[in-house]
Amino acid sequence: MTNARYDVVIVGAGHNGLICAAYLAKAGRKVLVLERNEQVGGAAVTHEFSDGFRVSSCAQWLYQFNPNIRAELKLDQYGYELAAENLSTIALSADSNHLTLSSAELNGASVTESDKKAYQLFIKQMLKFSGILAKASERRIPKLLEANWGDRFALFKLGLEMKLLGKEDMQDLLRIALINIYDVLQENFDNDLLKAALSLDATLGTHMGPRSPNTVFSFLHRRLGEVFGFNGVSVVKGGMSTLSQALANAATANGVEIRTAMPVSRINSTADEVTGVTLANGEVVEASTVVSNADPKTTFKSLLGFQKLETGIIRRVSNIRMQGNVAKLHLALDSLPQFDGLDENQSGQRLIIVSTMDAMERAFNSAKYGEYSAQPVMDISIPTLHDKTLAPEGKHVLSALVQYAPYKLAQDWGSVKEDYAQLLVERIDEFAPGIEEQILSWELLTPVDLEREFHLTGGHWHHGEISLDQIMMTRPFPGATQYAMPLTGLYLCGAGAHPGGGVMGLAGKNSAQEILRSNRSKTNLAGKKENVA
Amino acid sequence: MRSHDETMMLQTPFHSRVAKACELNQWDEWKGYTTPAAYTEVEQEYFAVRNSTGVFDLSPMTKYRITGADAELYLNKVMTRDVRKLNPDRVGYTIWCNDAGQVMDDGTLFNFGENNYRLCSYTRVMDWLQWSAMGFDVEIIDETADFGALAVQGPTSCAVLKAMGFKGIEKLKPFGISHFPFEDAEVMISRTGFTGDLGYELWVEPPKAITLWDRLFDAGSNLGIRAIGGNALEMVRIEAGFLQAGVDFVPAEETVRIGRSRSPFELGLGWLVDFDKGVFNGRQALLKEKREGSRYAFVFLDVEGNKPAEHSFILKGNKEIGTVTSAAWCPTAKSNIAFAQIESKYANSGENLTAEIYYQTELKWTRLLAKCHVIDSPVFSSPKRRQTPAPDF
Ligand SMILES: Cc1cc2nc3c(=O)[nH]c(=O)nc-3n(C[C@H](O)[C@H](O)[C@H](O)COP(=O)(O)OP(=O)(O)OC[C@H]3O[C@@H](n4cnc5c(N)ncnc54)[C@H](O)[C@@H]3O)c2cc1C
Repeated sequence: MTNARYDVVIVGAGHNGLICAAYLAKAGRKVLVLERNEQVGGAAVTHEFSDGFRVSSCAQWLYQFNPNIRAELKLDQYGYELAAENLSTIALSADSNHLTLSSAELNGASVTESDKKAYQLFIKQMLKFSGILAKASERRIPKLLEANWGDRFALFKLGLEMKLLGKEDMQDLLRIALINIYDVLQENFDNDLLKAALSLDATLGTHMGPRSPNTVFSFLHRRLGEVFGFNGVSVVKGGMSTLSQALANAATANGVEIRTAMPVSRINSTADEVTGVTLANGEVVEASTVVSNADPKTTFKSLLGFQKLETGIIRRVSNIRMQGNVAKLHLALDSLPQFDGLDENQSGQRLIIVSTMDAMERAFNSAKYGEYSAQPVMDISIPTLHDKTLAPEGKHVLSALVQYAPYKLAQDWGSVKEDYAQLLVERIDEFAPGIEEQILSWELLTPVDLEREFHLTGGHWHHGEISLDQIMMTRPFPGATQYAMPLTGLYLCGAGAHPGGGVMGLAGKNSAQEILRSNRSKTNLAGKKENVA
Repeated sequence: MRSHDETMMLQTPFHSRVAKACELNQWDEWKGYTTPAAYTEVEQEYFAVRNSTGVFDLSPMTKYRITGADAELYLNKVMTRDVRKLNPDRVGYTIWCNDAGQVMDDGTLFNFGENNYRLCSYTRVMDWLQWSAMGFDVEIIDETADFGALAVQGPTSCAVLKAMGFKGIEKLKPFGISHFPFEDAEVMISRTGFTGDLGYELWVEPPKAITLWDRLFDAGSNLGIRAIGGNALEMVRIEAGFLQAGVDFVPAEETVRIGRSRSPFELGLGWLVDFDKGVFNGRQALLKEKREGSRYAFVFLDVEGNKPAEHSFILKGNKEIGTVTSAAWCPTAKSNIAFAQIESKYANSGENLTAEIYYQTELKWTRLLAKCHVIDSPVFSSPKRRQTPAPDF
């Protein structure tokens, strides 16, 4: 039997893998996507966690999905649909003096006029800074060493864009980029709850507390969505799977072949180049270009194998920091929970439980030492307020991103899961009294569960920490940028590549562009050029 | 023995004998060990190696034992040469590179058979060896202090060992390994060395070291045996054309400045790079260098006159094209030899160049422009080095 042969094989049908596939197929490449799980989407999926109750499994909010991708892949034709858009963030306060943060303004009984003004100035400035990041995100990032003219020009452009900020803003950016969000927010605001609310966006999905270095950068990364035209978070109709399915439809319409429940066990290579993949069922697929949507550690350690890599790379891959801290709590509720001081419309916004920056820092302290915090930070969504299809008539789903739940817990997560879930429910109960009695069933996905079910090393949101030493030209590690990896024909297209994670899609798109530039994917293994229309 | 964080200087297992013989009391430091620069007179020591037998204590040499099911596979990734071609009971000269294809060190690899190897190196590389071991079933032990070693080198060296009672030693082939009972233990002898002549290295556990020394010098008393220090060894290794890590190149992972490390091709060691064997550290970079050309080349220079061209600039016309890394007046070959790194395009056999030599006499500096030319091979190579059975004299 001869092996199946493609121009490009993509390992993983996360949203980035699907996007990469769609762009490659559009350009005429014969593409096969192999996904380990039963359904496509990776961490952007929906599942039924209790009879009749469905929820977005990992990612629950869409806030930085790149609009060009949506247009270029005609996703609206393929099923892309939002249930709600531009939601505000409501920071819950124990005394019901909640704060409402939107892109335009800040509201709340306890906020002073000066904080309101400072908020607008701050958001405006951050938007400018994220704008530079957005430009750098929409293209391949230049290499620092051995730069060719294209790279030099790109670096020059990056520098120019910073200069164009004007002297004061540029100085400010250079100053704050290296400090932490705690100090920055202390400089700008008085209101403790406001500071805590903003610092959540700087730390969510990372192994960092408000006082950690790099938090300003991760804040700007989160705000990329505002540059892309989001004014707050959106909810995908039917949960994240709808988006992923739309991507899969677009990909298949362009000729991509997708096979699910098809784990790849090995990326095959000679000493110098990839030759294809071997599936867990023993099947071999040949391709001169292999793209991995799996995280870099999975890609290099498990799929390629350290024996096939030079030592410097092994060292860099091993040193990639990727410890997840986010757990996911799903509650099936008998009726709509009643949050103190919130009407139904408000309950449908993004609700966050953050208290103060100091409390968050303490919660992170616990995580550093392998404990979960008794003061969890939460990012809550009640998707059923926008989308009745997710639960039986009259019933509701509450979905919460919970931080800090360290991947490396001193105990076995299995043995403390119930205690932790109880603690979380009690925490929500402080703001939505009686919710405990409304619970029909629950599910808690710890970082260890996320790693097992979605194959994210460390359960990490971004396939690797978003921090200054692991971004742009050093993502996922120094010397391996531009999506192309040390073996000819091997590329990364997932969150572990520039510009990082979140349901954004740029890693997938940029990677496709880089592959098309290289021309290799046009060449089949025998070295013959194939006809591409 | 005390480890080096408890004492300033470590001593080799032969130290009491070495110290007694070291009349000049001239000491150097070698990777934390105290080691003699010269015992009596450098010239005498040099001529002992060339005319009879010189003994050099090389115990400070870093030694790693590498074992485990994947040992061969592992070493084949670390080294640039094909380790699979190194047969059991054989020693191979080897180099290893970082990912940038820059030489980290050179050394000798001993194959004891059944995935059991010893690697001797100049640098301490445990960290690198361990990183490289990820994904392989291997165990790496630093056994530097577990074995003392003496290099016994020179035309009468085989006769000395025979006189010691190592029966059949003359049959040992160059780069071969053999084991001999010694007292109630054993001595391992390899026919290896750093002198370009007939010679052996004797490996022994520390408790037997002193006896080994004593019996060796007894057996050699009529065969012109003499202990030699680092200075004499330096002369012979330059004469024989051997590179010295830390002198002729900076171990790549120890360089601080960009561009100061060297690739195998730039050190004349391209013959140790085997692209046919699969993945190895430095492969991608070296393939690229092969395609695009090297920056530098390593050359032997025969320099006019007798002033060693130490640290000289090498000129083509008036243009500076390189520098000398090692230089010596070589008494046996009666030539003034320099190792130089020059721009690769000038590395042609016979190419006429100029060495800009500075030397001082009674506080007066003199600048000398000495003619020199590129020669193809080292100036000293004794046929005895390759003869088996090894000659007596
Ligand atoms: C708990 C959690 C909550 C999050 N919340 C949000 C949010 O609200 N909003 C947001 O924008 N982002 C959120 N994120 C981040 C976001 O979900 C991810 O960054 C993003 O989905 C990553 O997409 P990807 O396509 O790069 O990789 P993934 O989605 O991880 O896709 C990789 C795919 O590769 C597959 N794969 C791995 N190994 C193999 C193999 N051997 N063979 C075949 N297939 C393989 C995996 O099964 C997976 O499908 C969250 C992440 C987590 C973990």
